[in-house]
Amino acid sequence: MAEIEQGTFGLQVKHLTPEPPTLYKSVIPVKHNPSIIIKSKFIITQLSHRDLGWKILHRILKVYIIIRQFVKLSEVNKFRNQYDSDVTVWSPQGRLHQVEYAMEAVKLGSATVGLKSKQFAVLIALKRAVSELSAYQKKIIPIDDHIGISISGLTADARMLSRFMRTECLNYRYSHDAQMPVGRLIALVGNKMQICTQRYDKRPLGVGLLVAGYDDQGPHIYQTCPSANFFDCRAMAIGARSQSARTYLEKHLNTFMDCDLQQLVAHGLRALRDTLPNEVELNTKNVSIAIVGPKTPLRVSDETELARFLSLVEGEERRGGSGSATGDAGPADRATGDDRDPQPAVAMDTE
Amino acid sequence: MAFMGDMISPSPLWQNGPSPGAFYNFPGNSNHGPLSHINQDFRAHSAAPITTTTTVIGIKFDKGCVIAADTLGSYGSLARFRDCPRVLKVNDLILLGSGGDYADYQYLRDIIEQKIIDEQCIGDGLQLKPKSLHCWLTRVLYNKRSKMDPLWSNYVVAGIQDGEPFLGAVDKLGTAYEDAAIATGMGAYMATPLLRDVLDKGPLNEESAKALARKCMEVLYYRDARSFPRYQLGVVTAAGVTVEEPTEIGQNWTLAHMIHMK
Repeated sequence: MAEIEQGTFGLQVKHLTPEPPTLYKSVIPVKHNPSIIIKSKFIITQLSHRDLGWKILHRILKVYIIIRQFVKLSEVNKFRNQYDSDVTVWSPQGRLHQVEYAMEAVKLGSATVGLKSKQFAVLIALKRAVSELSAYQKKIIPIDDHIGISISGLTADARMLSRFMRTECLNYRYSHDAQMPVGRLIALVGNKMQICTQRYDKRPLGVGLLVAGYDDQGPHIYQTCPSANFFDCRAMAIGARSQSARTYLEKHLNTFMDCDLQQLVAHGLRALRDTLPNEVELNTKNVSIAIVGPKTPLRVSDETELARFLSLVEGEERRGGSGSATGDAGPADRATGDDRDPQPAVAMDTE
Repeated sequence: MAFMGDMISPSPLWQNGPSPGAFYNFPGNSNHGPLSHINQDFRAHSAAPITTTTTVIGIKFDKGCVIAADTLGSYGSLARFRDCPRVLKVNDLILLGSGGDYADYQYLRDIIEQKIIDEQCIGDGLQLKPKSLHCWLTRVLYNKRSKMDPLWSNYVVAGIQDGEPFLGAVDKLGTAYEDAAIATGMGAYMATPLLRDVLDKGPLNEESAKALARKCMEVLYYRDARSFPRYQLGVVTAAGVTVEEPTEIGQNWTLAHMIHMK
């Protein structure tokens, strides 16, 4: 009872104030029913008295229920959004909210960076530990000798995708006696992920991938999204607070191509470090690095190699931790972010 | 209708007894009469080849490979079809030759051509490599023979694999190997020794490899009763794949009267 009072009565008072009726669509039915307004006003005057007794509370509740029936507040309260019941429902703005929510899931995972030079593709990931007692959660999954992925978002979805990718690579090896071209694998993954953005009985996968691979066409970094978009990148960062890493990568983008492996990893580590809160440092426990290149099968660095790479950027002055707290969208979202089409983060808050 | 059993090939009415108009068949000891009726699966259409082609020759030289094959489609010993081309340009890297059942070759050729079209539609600039096609053919042919329904044909895959010449063979059972000289069918017996004699003396260039292929086609024409004087020759190098128009073997039968079969 107390919850109803505090939570929803406040809303009622808002609705009944005369000035802003156009802002709140749910007020309109009230306007057409003067008797309710009168009753409500009466109650508000009662509220201003100090001794609010049980009897009055009871009446407030009764009136509230009547108003609720007319205003249909229940729906407004229960769902933040009318158009996100499943992936097949369009919003009148032309958006698919379920897909956009899945895109948000990627930003919940810890940050990961991928970048490439003319020869090498590198993945660098920040690992999280659930608690002080647990080990750090694995972020980089090897797919084949020439492909590895780094994940951000729902780990379970990533494991399903990685198993699919491994199977595809093995099948390609069996039937064609060759390594699967990276772009073709990504296209298959993209097609697989698209299906669940178009069927009412499925949900989009809540994971973003950075894929590093090497094939006849050289090194590749691909980014995949829950929206089933995928992008061929020179460098990319996804996950929590990854906007700072992308800022770093964009600033140094033109230098990457001619970097040797050491410089490339150092750039990646600096980008990843920019996503950290001030009190956290990169160390051999919370960083994971994978490298792939010509005559260099995919290798996830062991602790000694990690220590060697980390010493490359040790003691450097950190750029001020100016990363946005939420992490942010990749280029996909930025492309659509005009005035008529607000950022998905806004879609969540319809209150 | 289950009680009626198999309507198409019903089981015999009478079993384990005397057959009308025949000697008494002891049970379980019979191989004629109503007990032995053939019930072959009508889908197993390749239990024997129908329209066949003969030898394919493949030779590796320093910068590529040649493949040669005549254009005859035989109907048993009948020289039935005279224009059955079977040297195929698969893409810019692969040349394919085939011998054996011509229909099975046409079937696989269509699948391979569609495979190449699909790949071009992806548009990533990657091309199927000869080693991949060789492996793929092995899988397909072995899979079919394992279903007891083989594609009754041999394949010679020639091409450029990462800048190096590649030459491999696959037979109807999925047996696959790579070699510098390959001859299938009757040529395996009559051309292989000729090819190996030449290759043992050192690597060939394009012209000498072509000349060797032409020589083998000539020998095979005189010796192989299912061969034909009209043949095609294809060359694959890093510059690409070319398949020549069919050429005729210059025939000389002046010695024929001296040959006596015993």
